[in-house]
Amino acid sequence: MATETRTHALKAKEYKSDIAPVWCPGCGHFAVLSALTKALAYLELPKERVALVSGIGCSSRLPAYLDTYGFHGLHGRALAVATGLKAARPELTVVVAGGDGDGFSIGGNHFLHACRRNMDLTYIVMDNEVYGMTKGQASPTTAPEWSRSKLTPHGPGVRRFRPAAIALAAGASFIARGFAGDPSGLTRLIVQAIEHRGFSFLQVLSPCQTFRPEQTEWKQQVHPFDGEPAANDLEAAARIHADDGMALGLIYVEPLPVWQPLAQPSASLAEIEQELSL
Amino acid sequence: MRRVLLTGNAAAAWGARLARVDYVPAFPITPQTEIIEALARWIDAGEMAARLVTLESEHSMITAAGAAAATGVRVFSATSSQGLLYGMEMLYTVAGWRVPWVLVNVSRGLSAPITLEPDHNDVLAARDSGFLQIHCAGCQEVLDSVLLAYRLAEDARVRLPVIVNLDGFYLSFTREPVSIPEPAEVDALLPPFDPQGLAFRAGAPLSQAVAVLGGGPYSYFRYQVQLAAQNALAVYDEIAADFAERFGRSHPAVEAYQCDDAEVVLVMMGSFATKARAAVDRLRDAGRPVGLLRPRLLRPFPAAACRRHLLGKRALAVIDQNLSPGQGGVLATELAAALYGRPGAPLLASFIGGLGGRDIPPEELFEIARVTEAAAERGETPPPRLLYTEAELRELRKLQTIAAVERDRRGPAP
Ligand SMILES: Cc1ncc(C[n+]2csc(CCOP(=O)(O)OP(=O)(O)O)c2C)c(N)n1
Ligand code: SF4
Repeated sequence: MATETRTHALKAKEYKSDIAPVWCPGCGHFAVLSALTKALAYLELPKERVALVSGIGCSSRLPAYLDTYGFHGLHGRALAVATGLKAARPELTVVVAGGDGDGFSIGGNHFLHACRRNMDLTYIVMDNEVYGMTKGQASPTTAPEWSRSKLTPHGPGVRRFRPAAIALAAGASFIARGFAGDPSGLTRLIVQAIEHRGFSFLQVLSPCQTFRPEQTEWKQQVHPFDGEPAANDLEAAARIHADDGMALGLIYVEPLPVWQPLAQPSASLAEIEQELSL
Repeated sequence: MRRVLLTGNAAAAWGARLARVDYVPAFPITPQTEIIEALARWIDAGEMAARLVTLESEHSMITAAGAAAATGVRVFSATSSQGLLYGMEMLYTVAGWRVPWVLVNVSRGLSAPITLEPDHNDVLAARDSGFLQIHCAGCQEVLDSVLLAYRLAEDARVRLPVIVNLDGFYLSFTREPVSIPEPAEVDALLPPFDPQGLAFRAGAPLSQAVAVLGGGPYSYFRYQVQLAAQNALAVYDEIAADFAERFGRSHPAVEAYQCDDAEVVLVMMGSFATKARAAVDRLRDAGRPVGLLRPRLLRPFPAAACRRHLLGKRALAVIDQNLSPGQGGVLATELAAALYGRPGAPLLASFIGGLGGRDIPPEELFEIARVTEAAAERGETPPPRLLYTEAELRELRKLQTIAAVERDRRGPAP
C-alpha cells in the first residue's frame, strides 16, 4: 500500500479539539495548551503523529483539548504509559503532560527513571505548587510555610522538591523552565523540547487562580536565566545551584544516548528455536 | 448527645475524633478529602490531640498507618477508589501484620473509564486482603460504625484492621440528622487502645513483619487471619449489642427489614439499600410480601445470619452495585455460597445495577420484585441482568453515532 504524503501546514488552532476546557478562568494551564498547539504547528507535525499522554489532575485534562492522539492515564502513571507507547511506536512524537502532584508526588519514582532512561519523550509539568483538582493541598513543590490549605494549616513544613536539580541528578538530557505568562518563550521551549532527541523535561510555572491566587505575582518574579544553556552536567549543576526557582529558559541540554528498544529482533525465530532446542 | 446535620464525610470524621485517634496519615482524593480536612481543622484548633501527616500517595499512607499501629497507637485514615487500589499491596501486608486500625473508604467507581461516582468495586477489591469490612447506608451509621470498627479491630480475639465503607456522593456529600455521642459515653464503649504485644518497650526490642520460608509457616499465619476474621462474627454481635444498650441504636451484622413474612427478599449493601427500603414499603402497600436484607458486614461474611433470614423464602433478588467480569455480582456469589445445599434455599435472581453512580429508581426495584416473583412462580432462575433502560441505550447510541461520523470524517488510520 502506497503511503500518502500529505502536506501539513496546519494552524495552531487546528490542533485544538472542539471540547471547551473546564479550567477556571485565568488558569495557567490555558497558556500551556495554547503554546503547545503553536509548537506543534511550528514543527508541522501531522496530528496523527502526535500522542499526548497525561495522568490525573486539572493539568492532566490537556489531551482531551487537543485533536491529536490522547491518553488520559491514572494519577501518577503518565510517564509509565508514555514509556510503553514510545517503546511500541517510536515514530510517534510523545508528549507527556501533568501536574506537580501527578509527576512529583504519587508518580515521583517514574520521573526519576524516565530521566535516566532517556527515551525520546517530552515531559511538560504544569507546576502550580498545589493539588488543584482536589481543591488545594500542598504538593512537593509547595513552600514549607504555605498555610492556606485546610489539610496543612501551618504549612506542609517539608523542604521543597527541586525539579530541575532532581532531573539533572537522575540523568535527564534536557532541562528547561517556562512560564504560562510568557507564551512566546514557552512555545519556543516546547519546540526545543520536542526537537531534542532524548528525555526533555520542561517545568512550566502555571498559576492556579483558584487555590493560589497570590501566584499572579509570579509575573513580577520571573526573570531569564543568566548566560547560555549548560552543555554538560557540571555546568548544569552550577546553573541549577544558582537558580532561585523563578529563572526561565533552557537550563541544560546535552546529546546523551537515547534508549529505545530495537524495532528489529536481533535474531530470527529459527535461530532462537535452534538455540532453545534440546 | 447533640443532634446535628452532618454529611457522611463529616460523620466519618466525628467517628475518628470520638475514637480519640492518635495518628492520621492522609492523602486527598475525591470524594473523601473533607474527612481528612475536618480532622486537620480540629487538630489545628486543639480540639483533637492527634497528629496528621500528609504523605505522597495512598501506598505510603497505608504503609505509614500500619507501621504506626504496630507501635501501639490508634490510627485512622481515609481514602477512595483508585487510592484504595493503589494501596492494595499494603492492605494485604498490614492485615498480615495483625495491626488493628480503621480505614474509611468512600466508594467510587474504578478506572477505566474514569468516573467520580460510586459503586462497590473499589472496596470489594479489598475483600480478600484480611481487612474486615463494614458497609454503611446512612450518616449516623457511618459515625457509629467507625466506633464499632475500633472495638472490633482491637479486640484480642480479632486484631485485624477494618474498612468502614460509605458511598461517594450519596452519603459523602448528603446531610442527615446525626446524633453525636458525648465523648465520655464513647470512652466507656471504647477504652484506650490496649496494644498488647504491639508496643515499643525499652530493653525489649522486637522484630516484626519478618519473612517465613516455605508454605508451612506461611499457611499457618495466613490461616490465623482467617480464624481471627471468623472470630470477628461473634465478637461483632457482642459489640453491637453493647452499643445498642448504650446508645439505643442497633447496627446488626445483617439488617433485615420486613423479612419475617416476606416471600421475596431484595438483598443489597450500602446507601442504595435505602431506596430498596422505600420500594419495599410501596410494595407492601400494594399487598406484596417483599422484604429487604442488608448485610453490613461483608468480611467476615455473616453467612449464618443470612441463612437465618433467608432459608424458606421463595426467592431472592440480589442487587449488586459491583461487577466481577466473567462471573457477575459479588454479593450474589457470596449468598449463593452461604445458601447452597441448604434445605429451603430460595431461588436466587441476580441484578447488576448502580455502577458508576447510576441511579436505581423505584420503578426498577418494582420491576425487579416482579421479575423475581415470576421466576419463583415458574421455579426457574432468570439469567443475571444489568439494570439499564432503553432510554439510556438510545442516548449512548447517539453518542456512538457521533463518534462514528467523526471517525469517518478523519478517514482510515495512516
Ligand atoms: C491514586 C489516586 N490518588 C488520589 C487521587 C486524587 N487526585 C486527583 S488529582 C490529584 C492531584 C492533582 O494535582 P496536580 O497533579 O498537581 O494537578 P493540578 O490539578 O494542580 O493541575 C489527586 C491527589 C487520584 N486520582 N488517584
Ligand atoms: S483549580 Fe487551579 S489548576 Fe485547577 S483549573 Fe482551577 S485554576 Fe487551574
